[in-house]
Amino acid sequence: MNLTLKVWRQSGPTAHGRIETYEAKDIPAEASFLEMLDIVNTGIIEEGGEPIHFDHDCREGICGACSLAINGVPHSKEAGITTCQVHMRKFRDGETIWIEPFRARAFPVIKDLMVDRGAFDRIIAAGGYIDVRTGSAPEANSIPIGKEDADEAFDAATCIGCGACVAACKNASAMLFVGAKAAHLNILPQGHPEKDKRVLAMVRQMDAEGFGNCTNQYECEAVCPKEISADVISKLNRDYAAAIVREAVAE
Amino acid sequence: MASTASSTPSPNGTLNSAIPDGPLPEKWTRYKAKAKLINPANKRKYSVIVVGSGLAGGAAAATLSELGYQVKCFCYQDSPRRAHSIAAQGGINGAKNYQNDGDSVWRLFYDTIKGGDFRAREANVHRLAEISLQIIDQCVAQGVPFAREYGGALANRSFGGAQVSRTFYARGQTGQQLLIGCYQALEKEIAKGGVKMYTRTEMLDLVVVDGHAKGIVVRDLTTGEITSHAADAVILATGGYGNVFFLSTNAMGCNVTAALRANKRGAYMANPCFTQIHPTCIPVSGDYQSKLTLMSESLRNDGRVWVPKSREHAAKIRSGELMAKDIAEEDRDYFLERKYPSFGNLAPRDISSRSAKEACDDGRGVAKTGLGVFLDFSDAIKRLGRDKVEERYGNLFQMYEKIAGEDPYETPMKIYPAVHYTMGGLWVDYNLMSNVPGLHVLGEANFSDHGANRLGASALMQGLADGYFVIPATLPNYLASQKPGTVTTDAPEFKQVEAEVKDRIAQLMNVKGTKSVDSFHRELGMLVWDKCGMARTAEGLKEALAKIPKIREEFWKDVRIPGSPDGTNMELEKAWRVADFIDFAEIMCHDALAREESCGGHFREEYQFTEKDEAVKSGYTNPGEAMRRDEEFAYVAAWEYTGPGVPPVLHKEPLVYEAVELSVRSYK
Repeated sequence: MNLTLKVWRQSGPTAHGRIETYEAKDIPAEASFLEMLDIVNTGIIEEGGEPIHFDHDCREGICGACSLAINGVPHSKEAGITTCQVHMRKFRDGETIWIEPFRARAFPVIKDLMVDRGAFDRIIAAGGYIDVRTGSAPEANSIPIGKEDADEAFDAATCIGCGACVAACKNASAMLFVGAKAAHLNILPQGHPEKDKRVLAMVRQMDAEGFGNCTNQYECEAVCPKEISADVISKLNRDYAAAIVREAVAE
Repeated sequence: MASTASSTPSPNGTLNSAIPDGPLPEKWTRYKAKAKLINPANKRKYSVIVVGSGLAGGAAAATLSELGYQVKCFCYQDSPRRAHSIAAQGGINGAKNYQNDGDSVWRLFYDTIKGGDFRAREANVHRLAEISLQIIDQCVAQGVPFAREYGGALANRSFGGAQVSRTFYARGQTGQQLLIGCYQALEKEIAKGGVKMYTRTEMLDLVVVDGHAKGIVVRDLTTGEITSHAADAVILATGGYGNVFFLSTNAMGCNVTAALRANKRGAYMANPCFTQIHPTCIPVSGDYQSKLTLMSESLRNDGRVWVPKSREHAAKIRSGELMAKDIAEEDRDYFLERKYPSFGNLAPRDISSRSAKEACDDGRGVAKTGLGVFLDFSDAIKRLGRDKVEERYGNLFQMYEKIAGEDPYETPMKIYPAVHYTMGGLWVDYNLMSNVPGLHVLGEANFSDHGANRLGASALMQGLADGYFVIPATLPNYLASQKPGTVTTDAPEFKQVEAEVKDRIAQLMNVKGTKSVDSFHRELGMLVWDKCGMARTAEGLKEALAKIPKIREEFWKDVRIPGSPDGTNMELEKAWRVADFIDFAEIMCHDALAREESCGGHFREEYQFTEKDEAVKSGYTNPGEAMRRDEEFAYVAAWEYTGPGVPPVLHKEPLVYEAVELSVRSYK
């Protein structure tokens, strides 16, 4: 199949970006979206140009590196997949495809379609963990956890940290990302001792990084490649409210 | 061969495995009792470099920081959470015996040694089995959401090469859940200031000062800046070299650079020909393909592997005239169940892969290319119901459907073996230290625990064992002999290596040829897959060894790297890695040629059982099975780099088995 690509090109973090047009020719329908870009890049290189830069690594939907907005939608309009899992059989011959980076103030562009998502790491560092020193763990079966709780924690823990939720949100809110981590750890009994400290620290870091507020549009849930439910945001709001009250009372 | 835990590091050039004295089950306990310690006030004076942030590197960096060392951790990805450990699907072994099915530390040890076709070191493997218990405890405490029973206890499933259920799992994403536990521990230490994290930073060379590893030279992948970092010890946890084959299940960025550079600086490369071809991957569909996707081995718990008995039926499936469901039960060959009745579809990976290749070589493959076999869930769906199958494998089925465009609930998956894991790696002693003092190697990057074939759910176990529990206990043995902070980046050795790195980058940029980096990588990959893949011959390996220098020459004459080295340049990153893969491929083929036997993932066509052999006549094994030659080859092959264009020199570490008896591996 043949396609026309409209691609965001930006030579560096401080450079001005622009949309450029490329023709993608003879693309096999079985190829993945990123393999289509590989083919286009090989052509660009052989003609003496600079290839289109984008983040990618595992190419099987789990590392969270790939981060393209395709036709305005982070990853894909198809539910529950990452950019690397998009396959060309889903496009029509002759179609024009717009490809842009995940856009948010907290995710500055590095080059072309690559963005800096270090803010997510700093949110985790603020409190997205259970502080248990290596070697100090009790016997694994000493804390029974009901299957329902284990499954609910697991559903939240599936977040791959890709940032699609932020890119899809008109406010560039990171509430789904933060809510997922808080839910994963707060549901489990191991996470209870640090529950309040965790949500307060993570939310404060999220605000400091320049992410916006949640206004209940559910765009995040719609694009999440792991289909994490926006219920984690409500849970985060409840946990945060309880924590802030307890913090105020303690002072 | 036995030396005590407190012995000084072996002098460069000799292979002292430093295995502690005493009976096998007591070695690790005795080692810990005698190992040197560093007091808490002194720990903070020591600095340690950790390269890689996967399960081994991340666990080591976090734990060493908890202990008080100053840690610098480096990864090429934009976040430590993206290391390729994340892609492991199936699970992690732990000899907890929660299922009361007869498991024990001994049995896990024995299964791993036997699974590795008796080419791993007994003492290391026993230690691994012992530590497997603590790993599960640690991960649960971190909040890793392992699968559980309704009563709240942890669930287990079975995996290839074992007859007990000892695998802990988190649906089909155990690797991601373990890595996130590890990454969170690492981020906690970063926040506390114990670890300084360098993301999007790639190690390009090792710096050796007075025979000791004292630092690394790195490139900032965003700015292009080349810098040096010095420390009292260096830990490489940089994963495997599967991408030498171009197509593999590894992530696109996985590379051999750190290990190869260490090899060129004096560290021996051990058993590089031991590569694991995983039986259950989605078959190749075209030459545009950039990587292969693994389907977890856990699928073989409930999926049945088969091809049609007749070539005619297979041909009709390939052409689309027949579907899998059109083939009657009696016309199907469930070849693993037929050949290995007691292990069936759960035969170890090397054996399952080779059986699939045999079926396809016989003209009975079912994918369009002829290279594919069925993995069929229709019986499991009938037996358990669709819901149960979905609960166990839902995300894997979904992944398959996205890539292959077929629904595995309706029609069987098609699978074919693909390069997945590399058992070989840098040589290390019991301390996980290479023959270059101060250079420690963890996880897939070392050669130590899996012999010639790794069992499923053991890679995660080894990475975490090395990082959380082994290196924190063994590193002080080296550090105690070193005065902290004596070497800085002002040392002339750093200036020298930095200059060499800059020079090599300039050389790469100046080629200004016509062909893309990928085109060379693909050419190299096809060559080694063909000659040093699932089946090898002396003739083929010699052919590869003749061709690789030509690829190298062509690469350095005609590769095109656009743009500038000052800033993000993904073609330059790939070019450096591919140049190293080319050099590494030669060592791998030399190793495969020198090992004149078949064992585990290394199958030399010249060495296989035939009808004439006693073991076949007696029914113990089948014709075509791998034939080990223990008398000549029960050793670790450790290769020393001796200069460009010169064949590497082989050093041998004999493998001495005190606790187990070497036997022909049979899974019948």
